[in-house]
Amino acid sequence: MSENTKAFGEGMRDGVPIAVGYFAVALSIGMAARSVGLTPLQGLLASLLNNASAGEYAGFTVIAAGASYLEMALVILIANARYLLMSCALSQRLRPGTGLGHRLLMGFDVTDEIFAITIARPGWLNPFYTYGAMSLCIPCWGAGTGLGVIIGNLLPARAVSAFSVALYGMFLAVIIPPSRKSRVVACLVALSFAASYAASVAPGLSSLSAGTRTIILTVALAGGAALLFPVPAGEEAGKEGPEHA
Amino acid sequence: MRNVYGYIWVMAAVSYAVRVLPLTLIRRPLKSRFLQSFLYYVPYVTLAVMTFPAILDATQSPVSGLLALLAGIAAAWMGAGLFPVALVCCAVVFAAEWFL
Repeated sequence: MSENTKAFGEGMRDGVPIAVGYFAVALSIGMAARSVGLTPLQGLLASLLNNASAGEYAGFTVIAAGASYLEMALVILIANARYLLMSCALSQRLRPGTGLGHRLLMGFDVTDEIFAITIARPGWLNPFYTYGAMSLCIPCWGAGTGLGVIIGNLLPARAVSAFSVALYGMFLAVIIPPSRKSRVVACLVALSFAASYAASVAPGLSSLSAGTRTIILTVALAGGAALLFPVPAGEEAGKEGPEHA
Repeated sequence: MRNVYGYIWVMAAVSYAVRVLPLTLIRRPLKSRFLQSFLYYVPYVTLAVMTFPAILDATQSPVSGLLALLAGIAAAWMGAGLFPVALVCCAVVFAAEWFL
């Protein structure tokens, strides 16, 4: 079995819990789409093309308000700006010769969850791992939205909470093991939890959207860590593990 | 109201641009030690910030969210992979919400 086939299979395996969580969350997105008058096909299309929950919610409120396309572009830019940072981080983990086609395809589905599992891989990234996860996650996200428009959310509330927490579980599985290995990373994660909580209740900051708070805190905390604890040359990028691509 | 499909294409174009521009424009490792370190730390901060306190609001009761967080941290600390940690978090919420 080739390296790429193996990576694709591993991506599918790691994509399963994401796809299940996406399906459950997408049902609610579909309900939001229906409430602003979208048809099932439009809901499906919006999800297949956007792959972003907060961004889609924000977009639907713009549609409901009948605002201009420019306003739509600005709202989506703000709601999704964190993907810009994630994409920058991914760019440093691709083998320098990686072709444009792979970059264009990987860029299509930089979501919180797929970014998380992709960046957690050791060494240079193999795009086929990401494609494996995308092959399950995108259809589930789109189908969940389309179905949500048609029938609403038919899952019991308890099941929806359980599945949406699965997505947070994936984040923990990505950030906790490196925290065990590096005291700097452990402190940074703890500080991020604390700062995120503080920002969610602080006057001013708490009125910003969660996406905007994420960007501000990421720039501040990752910037501070980079100043105080620069990563030794050779430890960043694709050099810390066995080469995978 | 404008055409819904027009809105959807604007949404799609902006979402894709935000995601694909850095990946296509930054074609090789950055020279700056600071930027390298910054981008090395970005995933940890971003994912931690998105997890807490949001996980407390994702569930019917904040208590079940907190239990899932603690169980997830414990499982990941002990070396469980992506799927097992997600499963542990799910199971804890599902069980806790029988009682809460």
